[in-house]
Amino acid sequence: MSASRGTIEAALRARRDSGGKCLVPYITGGFEGYLDAISAAADAGADAIEVGIPFSDPVMDGPVIQEANEIVLRNGVTPASIIDEVATLDVDVPMAVMTYYNIAFRFGLDRFAQSLHAAGISGAILPDMPLVEAGPWVEAADNGGVETVLLAAPTTTDAHLPAICDRSRGFVYAVGLLGVTGVRDELADSAKVIAARCKAVTDTPVLVGVGVGTPAQAAEVSTVADGCVVGTAIVRKLIDGGGPEAVGQLVGEIRTALDAG
Amino acid sequence: MAMTEPTPDGRFGRFGGRFVPESLIPACEELEVAFRKYWADDAFRSELSGLLNDYAGRPSPLTECHRLSEELGYRVLLKREDLNHTGSHKINNVLGQALLAKRMGKSRLVAETGAGQHGVASATAAALFGMECVVYMGEVDVERQALNVFRMRLLGAEVRTAMSGSRTLKDAVNEAMRDWVATVEDSHYCLGSAMGPHPYPWMVREFHRVIGTEAREQCLALTGADPDVVTACVGGGSNAIGIFSGFVDTDAELVGVEPAGGAAIDRGVPGVVHGSLSFLMQDEEGQVLEAQSISAGLDYPGIGPEHAHLADSGRARYEKVTDDEVVEAFQLLSRTEGIIPALEPAHALAWMSRAREELAGKTVLLNLSGRGDKDAVQMMEILG
Repeated sequence: MSASRGTIEAALRARRDSGGKCLVPYITGGFEGYLDAISAAADAGADAIEVGIPFSDPVMDGPVIQEANEIVLRNGVTPASIIDEVATLDVDVPMAVMTYYNIAFRFGLDRFAQSLHAAGISGAILPDMPLVEAGPWVEAADNGGVETVLLAAPTTTDAHLPAICDRSRGFVYAVGLLGVTGVRDELADSAKVIAARCKAVTDTPVLVGVGVGTPAQAAEVSTVADGCVVGTAIVRKLIDGGGPEAVGQLVGEIRTALDAG
Repeated sequence: MAMTEPTPDGRFGRFGGRFVPESLIPACEELEVAFRKYWADDAFRSELSGLLNDYAGRPSPLTECHRLSEELGYRVLLKREDLNHTGSHKINNVLGQALLAKRMGKSRLVAETGAGQHGVASATAAALFGMECVVYMGEVDVERQALNVFRMRLLGAEVRTAMSGSRTLKDAVNEAMRDWVATVEDSHYCLGSAMGPHPYPWMVREFHRVIGTEAREQCLALTGADPDVVTACVGGGSNAIGIFSGFVDTDAELVGVEPAGGAAIDRGVPGVVHGSLSFLMQDEEGQVLEAQSISAGLDYPGIGPEHAHLADSGRARYEKVTDDEVVEAFQLLSRTEGIIPALEPAHALAWMSRAREELAGKTVLLNLSGRGDKDAVQMMEILG
């Protein structure tokens, strides 16, 4: 299963090499209908999918993803149950988990990496793990065959940026603005700036996330970046009861906007 | 062993570190550079000392408790941080951080608060320095510490209610960190305990070191010796680390006292939240548990990383007490010495009361970290 999906980086490079822009939706793991939503997003043109593993104290997340987290945690969902369920999915795009460091730490870094790999999950994103603290995890992830996506922020200095981009696997997650996840009315000026700064120092695909919530914003940021991550706008659809159909529709609209360039 | 700097990667033993989003790494680095520079700068140190003395009322007295000593069967000394301006030890750290923030050109302070003591101290420093101040406080604490909410607003701060999770100190920290992620360019996060990402645990300890330094001199002057036991309450652990820093290289036993419902050392296992690796109350999956304590200031599932190291190395021990024992201790000090303590240091006193056989004949120094005015309404309801 994992072999047929391949790596995240291979999928994103393939999209970029064909002249396209990459789209990675985020879906909160454990939320009602999330497995069907992952399939719907894949069918609607996602290049890879981030599956959130809820954490009790998500400091990088805004109110919408926090709410989804709380709903899922109240229902007794565990990291292991999400990983096990995702393993059963029949989708042909690679996936990454997005969670916080303590979830992986408590699981045991090696065991967490091995569990992801065994479930056919290609990558991991830990937003509260900066490069300076990444050593033990990236070693476990490398050994376990898991791509570690690192984040580059608008405040990241020119001195640090190349090291982050060099060590990131799958793609470089360029944080579009200073702030938590959430939809903003307009794309922040900082989004294209950080995308360009990353692109200047790496050949790894650069995707902008945080503050990218509409098809127009996705297309705009992707004039500079190789693509984008869309999270809150999609999770909002699930919270509002739109289910997998609404997720598929939004992913399709963003895909269309990206393809129209 | 003296309390020295953490390692360059911010470790005390195997604990500490800098587990924050990449967005905040430059701010942590900038803060570390500024702290190193100004902590070694005579002009900064002299300005801070002037503020601590002439504004906050330092040095705080050491009080010998004759009637309580008789009651407990051993000699009790109190370090009177309750007599500081704003009513607790929190002002030491806040004046240091606010002065540092000003040197760094930051115009806005962001703070979290549990009982409201750190929030009041932050609002006070912001008023003094003409800075903007936003304080995050859990909804539960806003209700049980209404007086401190009013004080903060009176001082010109904006109090924002944290509605997520347990709606207590842990969630106030989450909200403060989210604010800081978004405003890091002009805001300083005025963290109120010896926790968080490097350099906070070290910096906050250094700003509270004055408690231990004064207390050691005062004990020597009064008794001619170091105390046998030094005790303090521990939530995040700032007042405890401050007084411990003065005695860690003596023979004194160091005892931190946690609430039974928030005992990170006793019930926790190593974990990462709010920027550092330390003991943390969490479930099997790594979800952080909600603490339960009568005291809003200690209602926290984690503990500062240097305390985790002191526990790990055996240099300090950590005890826990129940809410009922705290209520008893609160009344005990009020009745025997005419001093109404805050509920937080009443935890350490509760342990002292329980451990009277073990402590017989000894000299015990308690850091009385705050006064009980803020708890009067809550205690009025409990005691009827």
